Amino acid sequence: MITKRIIPCLDVKDGRVVKGVNFENLGDVASPVDMAKIYTSSGADELVFYDITASAEGRRIFTDILTETASNVFIPLTVGGGINSVADFDRVLKCGADKVSVNSGAIRNPGIITEAAKLYGDQCVVLSCDIKRVNGEFRVFARGGRDDTGMEAIEWIRRCVGMGAGEVVVNSIDTDGVKGGFDIEMLDAVCKAVSVPVIASGGAGSIDDFIELFRKVPTIDAGLAASIFHFGEVSISDLKDRMAAEGIPVRRL
Amino acid sequence: MVAIIDYGVGNLFSLKSSLKAIGADAVVTADEKVIAEADRIILPGVGAFEDAARKLRESGMADVVKKEAAAGKPMLGICLGMQLMFDKGYEYGEHEGLGLIHGNVRPISDVIPEGYKIPHIGWNLLKFKKESPLFKYINEGDYVYFVHSYYAADCDDAVLAVTEYGADLTAAAANGNVYGCQFHPEKSGNVGMKILKAFVEL
Repeated sequence: MITKRIIPCLDVKDGRVVKGVNFENLGDVASPVDMAKIYTSSGADELVFYDITASAEGRRIFTDILTETASNVFIPLTVGGGINSVADFDRVLKCGADKVSVNSGAIRNPGIITEAAKLYGDQCVVLSCDIKRVNGEFRVFARGGRDDTGMEAIEWIRRCVGMGAGEVVVNSIDTDGVKGGFDIEMLDAVCKAVSVPVIASGGAGSIDDFIELFRKVPTIDAGLAASIFHFGEVSISDLKDRMAAEGIPVRRL
Repeated sequence: MVAIIDYGVGNLFSLKSSLKAIGADAVVTADEKVIAEADRIILPGVGAFEDAARKLRESGMADVVKKEAAAGKPMLGICLGMQLMFDKGYEYGEHEGLGLIHGNVRPISDVIPEGYKIPHIGWNLLKFKKESPLFKYINEGDYVYFVHSYYAADCDDAVLAVTEYGADLTAAAANGNVYGCQFHPEKSGNVGMKILKAFVEL
């Protein structure tokens, strides 16, 4: 039976891992390569690296880090942040990424999804979506959750999957950084709308939150989190032991 | 030395790195002489069957691979590289494969019940069907990483291991010196490394 995936997310800026609360107040954690190795040996099923640098110099450092990580860590690696063209896909795939996630780049130019899916296959294209409730509807936000695009999220996700996105990361801005649990209502709505794998992001504060996620949204494929793993509040091996005890299919080392 | 066949398909960085990590010499190449000198061959691949099969033929690599397989050189196809080793692929039409392992590549939607997501993405466990030197360092029930929408069918005699995803799907197959795995050993953590190690020791 296929297992539910646990995915630590590393936001990388100037060669270091950072994590913001509600996307602000970025605090420094550790070396991305070291963290990737630690997570792999503690049972992470996959890693996500987000490049949150804006400068060309920062981008070069990020690419070097990616290369070093992919030379040392042999589990799937998804890369996002600053992906605006097929050339950006090419740049990170050559450095060892397996999947590439698009967010604002797809909002500006949805055609990038079709183009990349044709070149690299649907399985390579991950749609990442920052969503917040506005006037009773799920709204897509761009630029790291700063800009309201006015687009309804479920429709946007359906459209992107139709164009070739092979996986969807749903990040709820409403629950992100609050550590009060995943956004069950939002995730359920997305899982009902599409048939590709859906990854839950935003809100995990404890092991119980993951258990609630996999119980209440049985079709969700993976849970993603950052700071609770980075700061050791939840260990991946404890989390997986508990999932197994609860009868949730999980890969253990 | 391991020759990783370069025919313009897929991302070979991780595969090369993973072989290096287990201490194996590996080279990504489309040079017939280098391939002839290598003591084993890996045929990688991601993407669509038709496109990859065409690139394999047009690059001349199809003939090289067939020749080396006939000469008895150990060979491992990974993911689409494994699928290409079969007789035919039914992905958007009917397309000829290398015919090194008897069987056909069909959509997993043919056999899995509704409600299962396609592609089959993620970590799933191996159920052994036959003993194989490829598995000498791993155990039944170990998890490996899959990403695929098609599977090798009509190949019961060749199946080494299956994985359950609503139905038993071929996870690994072999015909003599020619091996294939549907999953990605280079992305399957320690279990994958052990499979690659077993392959380079064949």
